[in-house]
Amino acid sequence: MSHKVFSDAKTALSGVQDNMTYLVGGFGLCGIPENCILALRDSGVKNITCVSNNAGVDDFGLGLLLQTRQIKKMMSSYVGENATFEKQFMSGELELEFCPQGTLAERLRAGGAGIPGFYTPTGVGTKIAEGKEIRQFDGRDYVLEKGIIGDFAFVKAWKGDKFGNLVYRKTARNFNPMIATAGKITVAEVEELVEIGELDPDQIHTPGVFVQRIFQGSNYEKRIEQRTVQKRV
Amino acid sequence: MPLTREQIAKRISEEVQDGYTVNLGIGIPTLVANYIPSTKTVMLQSENGLLGMGPFPFEGSEDADLINAGKQTITTLPGSSFFSSADSFAMIRGGHIDLTVLGAMEVDEVGSIANWMVPGKMIKGMGGAMDLVAGAKNVIVAMQHTDKDGNSKLRKACTLPLTGVRCIKKIVSDFGVIEITPNGFLLLEYAPDMTAEQVLKATEGKMTIHPECKRMSV
Repeated sequence: MSHKVFSDAKTALSGVQDNMTYLVGGFGLCGIPENCILALRDSGVKNITCVSNNAGVDDFGLGLLLQTRQIKKMMSSYVGENATFEKQFMSGELELEFCPQGTLAERLRAGGAGIPGFYTPTGVGTKIAEGKEIRQFDGRDYVLEKGIIGDFAFVKAWKGDKFGNLVYRKTARNFNPMIATAGKITVAEVEELVEIGELDPDQIHTPGVFVQRIFQGSNYEKRIEQRTVQKRV
Repeated sequence: MPLTREQIAKRISEEVQDGYTVNLGIGIPTLVANYIPSTKTVMLQSENGLLGMGPFPFEGSEDADLINAGKQTITTLPGSSFFSSADSFAMIRGGHIDLTVLGAMEVDEVGSIANWMVPGKMIKGMGGAMDLVAGAKNVIVAMQHTDKDGNSKLRKACTLPLTGVRCIKKIVSDFGVIEITPNGFLLLEYAPDMTAEQVLKATEGKMTIHPECKRMSV
């Protein structure tokens, strides 16, 4: 299974091109594929569409790809932490498709599961449902939303083995499991890459079949967006 | 005197029943957790993927992998669980969350809510709000009754883009406690130092005063 193992982000990203759609795991700055984002920046790909719940902050996460103007379009549920984003969106440089968080999660899950669309109650009667099919089930209206797949999916896990089995840590799991299923090529970066057999099969969150490439990341910053603490008494 | 943010949160905490699973939004709703008595067993859900949210960590114990939906560092409690955002919204959309508390810019007399965008201003996004109002069994809104110019935010019909249609059951504003009924707003309680008539006057949408409407005890 070692054909899945790459030495670093740069080699794991071979084949990324302009105009592609990239799915990027993480919630805020938690559980984002830091190494893949840096490698995407360094690859110089342009006019890309990024599907990710958030858009990072000005100088970290997907904000790095906004600074370099590599992103043409974002699909997100919340982009409020990023001033670069606001500037580029207001000037018309950047396209944005808002998607409710649960709908985004389900669209990714559906895409990876071979389901082209599904009906959800979320957003019925709002701008989000405009132009979309509405269908009634048992007297309630639902809106048709489509599954999403990406040319590449980038996820971050805590541990992974050489077959691509992944284990996430705490709330860094977030969007990563669905995104891992929804890439034509899924690249996983992990804090610790272990041998096949070292992970307990009962504890695996993403089975390795969904992962085409894996590498051990380096220099994780794991930046905290809102450091809230209580004083020791 | 209208209620303070803390008093609004404290009043909402009385709506939280023993055994509930609750999702608290950002702002005043977050403060509700501070007033839930320890005699009640309540699980707080954070929609990024945690059930059983605990208090902020002690200084030095922050974990970048453990945050809430407001991106704040938090802790777990005995009985906590982690899951993906898809599972999280299965809980929310699937009606498994007993109560959602969130803020609003406007609520109207049929219970529709607007809280995610103001046309012409930068839109930050709806996050999980549209899913929460569509899916929770009970949705309570914590809000200011009027804007800074004194205009009512409890509208006949929302003027801002909607977050959800006919989904709000109750409002706790700085002026009082209001239920949404098929007959519009129903005033149940009014803030100390105010009168029910004052609340009625400050409300644009159709409001009736409950026969047993009372002064809030805060």
